[in-house]
Amino acid sequence: MLAKRIIPCLDVKNGRVVKGRSFVNLRDAGDPVEAGKQYSDAGADELVFLDITATLEARKTILALAARVADEVFIPFTIGGGVSTIADARGLLSAGAEKISINTAAVKNKPLITEVAEAFGNQAVVVAIDAKRQAGKNGQWWEVFISAGTTPTGLDVIEWAKEVEELGAGEIMLTSIDSDGHTAGYDIKLNAAVNEAVSIPVIASGGAGGPEDMLTVLTEGKADAALAASIFHYGTYSIADVKDYLRNHGVHVRS
Amino acid sequence: MIAIIDYGLGNLRSVQCALRRVGAESVITSDAGEIAAADGVVLPGVGAFWRAMENLRKGDLMEVVQETSLNGKPLLGICLGMQLLFSESDEHGRHEGLGIIPGKVKRFTESLLKIPHMGWNEIQQQNPSLLFEGVGDGAFFYFAHSYYVIPDEPAAVIGSTDYGTTFASAVHAGNVFGAQFHPERSGAVGLTMLRNFCRLCQTD
Repeated sequence: MLAKRIIPCLDVKNGRVVKGRSFVNLRDAGDPVEAGKQYSDAGADELVFLDITATLEARKTILALAARVADEVFIPFTIGGGVSTIADARGLLSAGAEKISINTAAVKNKPLITEVAEAFGNQAVVVAIDAKRQAGKNGQWWEVFISAGTTPTGLDVIEWAKEVEELGAGEIMLTSIDSDGHTAGYDIKLNAAVNEAVSIPVIASGGAGGPEDMLTVLTEGKADAALAASIFHYGTYSIADVKDYLRNHGVHVRS
Repeated sequence: MIAIIDYGLGNLRSVQCALRRVGAESVITSDAGEIAAADGVVLPGVGAFWRAMENLRKGDLMEVVQETSLNGKPLLGICLGMQLLFSESDEHGRHEGLGIIPGKVKRFTESLLKIPHMGWNEIQQQNPSLLFEGVGDGAFFYFAHSYYVIPDEPAAVIGSTDYGTTFASAVHAGNVFGAQFHPERSGAVGLTMLRNFCRLCQTD
């Protein structure tokens, strides 16, 4: 039986791991390769590295990072942040990344999703969707934001999720901007709504405060994987804590 | 020396890194001569079946893979590389494969399942194989695929996995091995499996 996945996320800036609240106030939390190796040894099912480096020049460091991680870590890893061309995708996948995640560029240039999927397979393409709760005439909805959560697009998250599946995405990484960094739980309604709308796997992201939040998003939220940063980086919980808790509550996880 | 066949599809570097970790020298190559001279051959691959076959054909690599299967040298197909070993696939229409192992490739159809089948799943070992030496029954390996193989000969199945249906996740026929999962991405058990394969390459 397929196991639910626990995925530590490492935000990388200028080659170092950082993590902030709602995309601001970054704090240094270590070397990405060391952190990745430790997580892998500790039982993480996958790793996600999000490059939040601002300048184009410094971006080259992410390619070197991908190669270093591939040398040392033997579980799947995804690299995202600033992937905007097929050449970016090819570079990262050739360096050894298992998947690349596309966010802003997927919205601005939809054919990119299909192009990368056709060249490298659907399983290599993760579309990252940053969702923000909005109040509308017909009640609450979620809007897709791009450019690190700064720019509204007018797109409805559910519709966008269905569209990226049709375009060839193999997976969705769904981040709630409202919950991100606050360790007060995932947006369960958001996750349930997206998981009911698509038939590709969904990684829940944004808001994990502890194992019970992960249990809720993997059961009620119907997510296939739960991603977290803060609780792992600052040692609040270990991967083993989370997996033990999930196992004890009937969730199938990898031992 | 192990040859990792480069036909323009697939994450070759991760396979090479994993082989290096288990102490095996390898070369990423699209040169038929180099492949023929290797002690063992890995056929990796991700993406579409028809494109992979087209690339193998264009690169004049079909024959060298087929010859490898016949001359007793260990050959390991990974993921799409495993599927290519079979007779045919119905991915994007019917397409002929390398025909090394009789059987076909079909898509997961169960409507309630997420596709691709992505993540860690258990392998129940079926017929004993050197490939799984030191790997516990029911060990988790990493999968990322939407199609699976159906070998004509059940004896070829050395590992099976449940995902809506029970499918052949590892096969072994003579000197030819196939892994639907990614051993290079399956942590310690994956490295054990690759080490087993490398050992076969040295002794044969």
